[in-house]
Amino acid sequence: MSDDVLLRLAGVHTHIGRYHILHGVDLAVREGRLTMLLGRNGAGKTTTLRTVMGMWRASAGLIDFAGAPISGRATPDIARLGIAYVPESMGIFGQLTVRENLLLAAGPAGLHPGRLDGVFAIFPVLREKLHQAAGTLSGGQKQMVAISRAIVEERRLIIVDEPTKGLAPAVIGQLIAAFQALKRQRTTILMVEQNFHMAQALGDDVAVMDDGRVVHTGTMADLADDDALQTRLLGLSLASHQ
Amino acid sequence: MRRLRQDWPALALAPAVALLALPVMDLPTWIALTAAGAAMGMMLFLMAAGLTLIFGLMDVLNFAHGAFITLGAYVAASVMGALASWVGADDLARNLAALAVAVLAAAAAAGAAGLVFERGIIRRVYGAHLQQILITVGGMIVAEQLILAAWGAQPVQVGKPVTLRGSFVLAGAAVEKYRLVAVALGLLVFAAMQLTLNRTRIGLLVRAGVENREMVEALGYRIRRLFIGVFVAGTALAGIGGVMWAVYQELVTAAVGADMTILVFIVVIIGGLGSVGGCFAGAVLVGLTTNYIGFLAPKLALGSNIALMVLVLLWRPRGLLPLAR
Amino acid sequence: MRALLHRHVLSGDRPGHPAVTALLILLLLALLVVPFAVPGTKSMAAASRIAILAVLAGSYDIALGYTGIVSLAHAMFFAIGAYAVAIPLAGGWVGWGAIGLGMAAGAVLAAAIAAAITLLSLRVQTIFFSMITLAVASFAQVLATQLRGLTGGEDGLSFSLPAALSPSFHLLPGRVLGVRVDGRLLTYYLILLAALLLFLLMLRIVNSPFGRVLLAIRENAFRAEALGFRVIVYRTLASALAAAIAALAGGLMAVLLRYNGPDATLSFSVMVDILLMVVIGGMGTLYGPALGAAVIVLAEYYLQPALQGLADALVGIPVLPALFNPDRWLLWLGLLFVGFVYFLPAGIVGSLRRRRG
Repeated sequence: MSDDVLLRLAGVHTHIGRYHILHGVDLAVREGRLTMLLGRNGAGKTTTLRTVMGMWRASAGLIDFAGAPISGRATPDIARLGIAYVPESMGIFGQLTVRENLLLAAGPAGLHPGRLDGVFAIFPVLREKLHQAAGTLSGGQKQMVAISRAIVEERRLIIVDEPTKGLAPAVIGQLIAAFQALKRQRTTILMVEQNFHMAQALGDDVAVMDDGRVVHTGTMADLADDDALQTRLLGLSLASHQ
Repeated sequence: MRRLRQDWPALALAPAVALLALPVMDLPTWIALTAAGAAMGMMLFLMAAGLTLIFGLMDVLNFAHGAFITLGAYVAASVMGALASWVGADDLARNLAALAVAVLAAAAAAGAAGLVFERGIIRRVYGAHLQQILITVGGMIVAEQLILAAWGAQPVQVGKPVTLRGSFVLAGAAVEKYRLVAVALGLLVFAAMQLTLNRTRIGLLVRAGVENREMVEALGYRIRRLFIGVFVAGTALAGIGGVMWAVYQELVTAAVGADMTILVFIVVIIGGLGSVGGCFAGAVLVGLTTNYIGFLAPKLALGSNIALMVLVLLWRPRGLLPLAR
Repeated sequence: MRALLHRHVLSGDRPGHPAVTALLILLLLALLVVPFAVPGTKSMAAASRIAILAVLAGSYDIALGYTGIVSLAHAMFFAIGAYAVAIPLAGGWVGWGAIGLGMAAGAVLAAAIAAAITLLSLRVQTIFFSMITLAVASFAQVLATQLRGLTGGEDGLSFSLPAALSPSFHLLPGRVLGVRVDGRLLTYYLILLAALLLFLLMLRIVNSPFGRVLLAIRENAFRAEALGFRVIVYRTLASALAAAIAALAGGLMAVLLRYNGPDATLSFSVMVDILLMVVIGGMGTLYGPALGAAVIVLAEYYLQPALQGLADALVGIPVLPALFNPDRWLLWLGLLFVGFVYFLPAGIVGSLRRRRG
């Protein structure tokens, strides 16, 4: 492994209540790259992300961020290390305006005009929705707000859980463009995605989970080229998902 | 705008009740009762606001909330006793100063007790409603007994400041002066709460936390600190409500908190648990209803509030202005 | 023989720990022999109270422990039963029919009120339930004190019992084992028998398929609903059953006291007693609340004198005498209660069972 690894999980186990969900997850997210976490429903992808964020406590194993252990720390302390989390449910504050949502995501210094312009460059539609209650936005616009919260402040790692879930194809196209813009800025991203088209368009590295473990790691390009591997790992092939 | 369109029937309920009462009594009586109802509503709001906010943010139903009302009432008795010369002076400035000292002392005492209560008791039962109810009922028993041990079992007299005693005449109706003070303080606190919630960063965090605690943490905020702050503020408000009620009644017993808890629960259920605006609307509604029915059929006052609660719940199962979650 | 006893009398509900079995046998034996072992009105009154409160606490356990709903109006149902028996007797109808009819009417009324409250508040938001029951209970207190013509107000109702239950009635001439076999003794054993039967009935209820559905709802209401059980129906039935049995216990209490009033059955301190008994004994065990009833009644009889002794010994030291004042005995029970909820939430019986595995 190269030493440009920003986030590393080694042998992570997680229990939720009496259920044993993660059975020793090993995962490395490299700086400046987008790592796609793939796998069937129930493979443990979301649990892995939540364990990194400290929302579930790892019962065994190590989680290192930027060379320092973070397992066992509280969620706010983990977030303050420069990790943004966009949950599957988006976690939008619907009663708050878009601006207030962004303001909460910004640090104590408040919204920096330059960063806000950067957000609008990626999601122009948010400029006119700024003073609207976030709960009144469409599903795609809510996802834009959720992602904007992650980038409105300087972050070292952005964790995104299934951003395309339930969205129309046109919106997915916009999201792909947005993440490509972030990739050009060398943002480190860990993303869970079920939409293989999106995964293939964005992923640099890939990790495939099954039954609470990472069963394959490699580059996205290699996986995209190997139909047999896709079928074995994901139970699908690219051809069926065009 | 969209909110207003769906909220106006709830907001119009209290004025509608006031109008309904007008034909069944003469005007001076109506004015006096409406003033009394508004004053009682404001005092109920002070007592209930903390409870509803604590529930909204922390998902904690505190059955011991009434103990902080009782504590505030007894602190008021002690402060007004100690400042007897200010209370007895025929001088509005000194009278108000005495009341202000009592309010501040009660807020400090109830807030401090709230801090101890949150750290010692509530903190361990977040997320477990059954345990919360049991433990806070237990806390209420213990707190009431401690207050009895400190102040004794006999009811304690509370001095009402001289210039705030008696009434003035408005359109032929006698309106007690103290009620104006209660209304003014209630409105002031309501305005301050709205400003804090809508115009400050802490308020922004509270509103966000009411919607989604986990996401607030994921954005890097230590929500436990916010919990403590809101709990202390909420219990301090209950203490202030206790002061206002004690001075109004001019007498304090250890049962005052438990008695008011019933009305406070009705207020927050009517308003929608967790909603400050709903709490305000519910408090005014309960205050007015109690006074009108208390005049028309004195024995039915509490029953009428329960009936009011049932009717509101049948109309809006989550209360007048429920939280959107 | 033991297997038969378990299956048919205890409905298959084992005490679960030798200590629990021993305590239960001890309690039952004590209740059976008290009139002969410790003759006197006071000991018999205490023993009857234990028997009745064991039923009351057990009925509360059906709602709290088995169904997971926290009602604060249980004392009200207890009082409804007591008033239902007291009102006809005090009205001059001194007969067995008055007691029987009062018991039945009280149980039906209590069940109907409980069902109405449950339907209303569980339909809206479960969290409202405790708050609404508290409000309704305090309204009942207001009603009981204000409907003076019916309830006797604050003073309550005193009445005589049918001749066979009065102290002047002698079933046998002379004494048996040194005790007069009079109406008082008859009353005692009748109450004990009724309480025992009610308790066994509750054991049967919680160990029936119905009881197991209640447990499933307590564990996970969503899953129970998904399995096809109408959660609201089961919760309502559980509330109504608990209320009806509480009312029957209330009727027994009225017979015991030959009196009923707000302080005897309705006040919030009765509700506090119920909570203490169930939590200290162990929620969801039924045997626990019965043992809890014994603990609380004994504490009521012995804690206050003990506190008085402590307070006398501490005279001159600041603060402490006020805390150990016998009037502050609720402070110590309250602390005990909080301690149990924290450290032994399963209560005495639940903790013993868990220790055994």
